[in-house]
Amino acid sequence: MRALLLAVLLLAAWELYAGVGGVDALILPAPTEIAEAGWRDRALLWDNLVVTAGEVVLGLLAATVVGLGSAVAIHFSRTMRKAAYPLVVASQTVPIPIVAPLLIAWFGFGVAPKVLIVALICFFPITVATVDALRRADPEARKLVRTFDATRAQVFRFVEAPAALPGALSGAKVAVAIALIGAVFAEQAGSSEGLGHLLLQAVPQLETARAYAAVVLLSALALLLFGGLSLIQRRFVRWS
Amino acid sequence: MPSTLEAPMSPPGVKDAVTFSGVARRFGAIAALRDLDLRVARGELVAVVGPSGCGKSTLLELVCGLQEPDAGTVTAQPAVLMPQRDALLPWASALDNAALPLRIRGRSREGARPLFARFGLEGFERARPHELSGGMRQRVAFLRTLLADKPVLALDEPFAALDALTRAEMQEWLDAALREEPRTTLLVTHDVEEAVVLGDRVIVLSPRPGRVVADLRVAPARPRDRTSPEVQAVRAAVLAELRR
Repeated sequence: MRALLLAVLLLAAWELYAGVGGVDALILPAPTEIAEAGWRDRALLWDNLVVTAGEVVLGLLAATVVGLGSAVAIHFSRTMRKAAYPLVVASQTVPIPIVAPLLIAWFGFGVAPKVLIVALICFFPITVATVDALRRADPEARKLVRTFDATRAQVFRFVEAPAALPGALSGAKVAVAIALIGAVFAEQAGSSEGLGHLLLQAVPQLETARAYAAVVLLSALALLLFGGLSLIQRRFVRWS
Repeated sequence: MPSTLEAPMSPPGVKDAVTFSGVARRFGAIAALRDLDLRVARGELVAVVGPSGCGKSTLLELVCGLQEPDAGTVTAQPAVLMPQRDALLPWASALDNAALPLRIRGRSREGARPLFARFGLEGFERARPHELSGGMRQRVAFLRTLLADKPVLALDEPFAALDALTRAEMQEWLDAALREEPRTTLLVTHDVEEAVVLGDRVIVLSPRPGRVVADLRVAPARPRDRTSPEVQAVRAAVLAELRR
């Protein structure tokens, strides 16, 4: 509610500035113009939104599988911690704008390279948050279940995994925010559809309002995914 | 002092539940325990008191096999730990928490349900730990310890976090629970009154490195009146040993 109020205030200030500030509408269209463009181009925007949303969701799913998998491997194996953790960190220094065109050349114009890029940048926060959360699981509870003769796998199942769930979800929330950036970059590196592609075309076509409308949709998508995760968190992680 | 005797050796033929002989345990430069000798007979409740940091928790972890001694030997029947903080799992209901050892053995959580009624926890099966009072949490933690089905219980300051009134109430509750479900029990506590009200024997440890400096038998049968002269006499004796 307070977020809505703040958004309305900012929009009003923006509208006022665009109206009386004398800024060219090609550079800074007023919110009303953006809304108009959004409504006018709704079919175009919707088609491209569906494409980008698909890439983001698939990429996030892949990132979750890989992120949780590598977190568990790193948690269980000293060797993996020593060998794989540095590689996981190093993978994040790969500059996406440079790699994206290479991946496009490799995997084609389709959905695969976009999913790959989203997954590449999103598995990192999930892995790091989950590894840390697993490590922070209550040492007293661990000791306790060992005196119940729990196997290593049972310690994981009954103590560590549930304890790590809130951390893993926080990692996923960070991942959601950057997933959209990844998808847009990937689309701009080479594609014929998606909001990133639409953004790339709208600016030289002087359709600035449409470009802004696309950005609004990207934000809405991020908020939707973030909200979904918050809902899951509230439903399953009520204790924390 | 008629109520305070040196604890006799166990009668022949009774195998001890726990035996420490010449045990030492170090953590880096710090010696936690040194030359520790202790025997606990089956079915006995032995309270262990001592100054902070004298290795009381280490002693319990040695009993439970969570640590190995650096010198000497520890032999113990299978033992289960009730850690200092209750270590209840915050995401699990009271029933699931109590039933955790059952589930680890591949059994159903329903096995814990009858105990809830017997130990004054009926109606709290579905409550999460944060919804329970300190005393109730300790009851759940103790049921969980019982359900581990081990002959020896290692209780590490189970009531330290409770207010004085609740603590006294919980001591009576534990006393009754152990009469219903007898187990060999090692009770580490910093509360001398708790030790003399509950213990068949009270072991006093020295400051670090901990070793046994006194082994006092508390004669009156449980449940004990904490204000009775005999109990107060043992309490005074334990305090004197602690101050030495």
